Amino acid sequence: MKNWNAATMNLLVLVLLFGLAGFAGATDMPETVVLDTLGELYEPVEFDHTLHTELGEDCSICHHHTTGTGPESANCARCHADSPESEVVACSDCHEAEPFAAGVLQAKAEDRMRYHKDKPGLKAVYHLSCMGCHEAWGAPVGCQECHARTPAGDDYYHADAKGDAVTH
Amino acid sequence: MSGISRRRFLAASAAGCVATTFAGSKKALAAGTFGGYPEGMGVLVDITRCVGCRTCEAACNKEQNLPDPERPFDDMSVFDEIHHGQQRRTNEKAYTVINRYEPTGSDQKVYRKVQCNHCAEPACLSSCFVNAYKKTDEGAVIYNDKVCVGCRNCMVACPFNIPAYSYSSAFDPIIKKCVFCYDTRLKEGRPPACVESCPQQVMTFGKRDDLIKIANQRIRNNPDLYVDHIYGEHEMGGTHWMYLSGVPFDELAFNMHLSNEPILNNVKDFLGTVPMVLAIWPALFTGFHLLATNKKNGHGHEEEESKHNDEGGDQ
Repeated sequence: MKNWNAATMNLLVLVLLFGLAGFAGATDMPETVVLDTLGELYEPVEFDHTLHTELGEDCSICHHHTTGTGPESANCARCHADSPESEVVACSDCHEAEPFAAGVLQAKAEDRMRYHKDKPGLKAVYHLSCMGCHEAWGAPVGCQECHARTPAGDDYYHADAKGDAVTH
Repeated sequence: MSGISRRRFLAASAAGCVATTFAGSKKALAAGTFGGYPEGMGVLVDITRCVGCRTCEAACNKEQNLPDPERPFDDMSVFDEIHHGQQRRTNEKAYTVINRYEPTGSDQKVYRKVQCNHCAEPACLSSCFVNAYKKTDEGAVIYNDKVCVGCRNCMVACPFNIPAYSYSSAFDPIIKKCVFCYDTRLKEGRPPACVESCPQQVMTFGKRDDLIKIANQRIRNNPDLYVDHIYGEHEMGGTHWMYLSGVPFDELAFNMHLSNEPILNNVKDFLGTVPMVLAIWPALFTGFHLLATNKKNGHGHEEEESKHNDEGGDQ
């Protein structure tokens, strides 16, 4: 847990490069996905997509119903059991980089029929998806084990502070 | 004649005072049914998601221009700190802290974020005699540090032990606490810095009413994951920061003995009697006094008058 603290700050503009090559199905899936611009606090992550597809039994573990494999969750299956493969499968196509922006909240408030009102933002879906499996599999969970911190990140976390325990 | 009319006048004015006072207290009771701030924003803290990375603490420190921390924000040894037999609490250098718990019967460590819960009817505000505190329509409980005299009444009043004191300042110690990033973010409709910084989206920002719906939906969709309770929905009359947990809240040092009534309600009845005392007692007791002395003086006066008349008659 020592390093997990460095968990992605400002991953706001994080972009999966899925889909940039115009792939639409599993056969076109990228080998590597660059999780770009972790704000100014972290270096980009090179996500080994091929490795993870070999580890995961089912695309829907990460991609819900968008790859046409049927959702894992029973709750999702109530609507999406037979959903076809989607045009887009990139996380960033559905999950906003700024989930609490005024416009996003406004759109949710106005659309009273919308079911997905509790959709996590882009930064959160990476971490929520990664962390559970990584913990279960004994894979790295420390922040800097996945993405190295930049000098700006060191400042942000006051990495140079070397005081004793706070006493008051 | 004059004695009787004075008596009537006093009786009428006393009745008037009673009527005014009761009318006033009725109005005060109506204010007690205050329905909160429906458009107010809040934050839902989902404890099941927190991994204890302390990024929110770093974000708060930067956003609020707080002093440098004694230890880096990626130093997890702070979770072992015990101050006066208790885990870390908010202080003048940290408006939010994460504490680690090891609930019984679970091998998982659980992390709980602490900051101001931004009550709908804040006890700190009620207790402040210089009116430094303000509950904004956006949902934040803010304070004017220029007005604060450092009396620390709010520290005693707060049921969540949030307001901290700048003990380090010898000449101008004041209260310090989380302000929901009101000046820099909330009033522009943006979420607080800690919310935005969290990699796990432990915190969900939105209208308080919507957050309660989201919280209930999470519990309903994952009944095995969550305790069926939203801490802060009703506690202390409702707070704008609320919590979901996977383990009983008392295992995470949440105070489970709080009333669902705002602290203000404990003193509302008493405070309602203050204007009654101030308005009625002077009139009532002056009336008693005048009545008592008038009777005595009246007799004397009449006697004197008749005596005088008798004397005049003689002449």
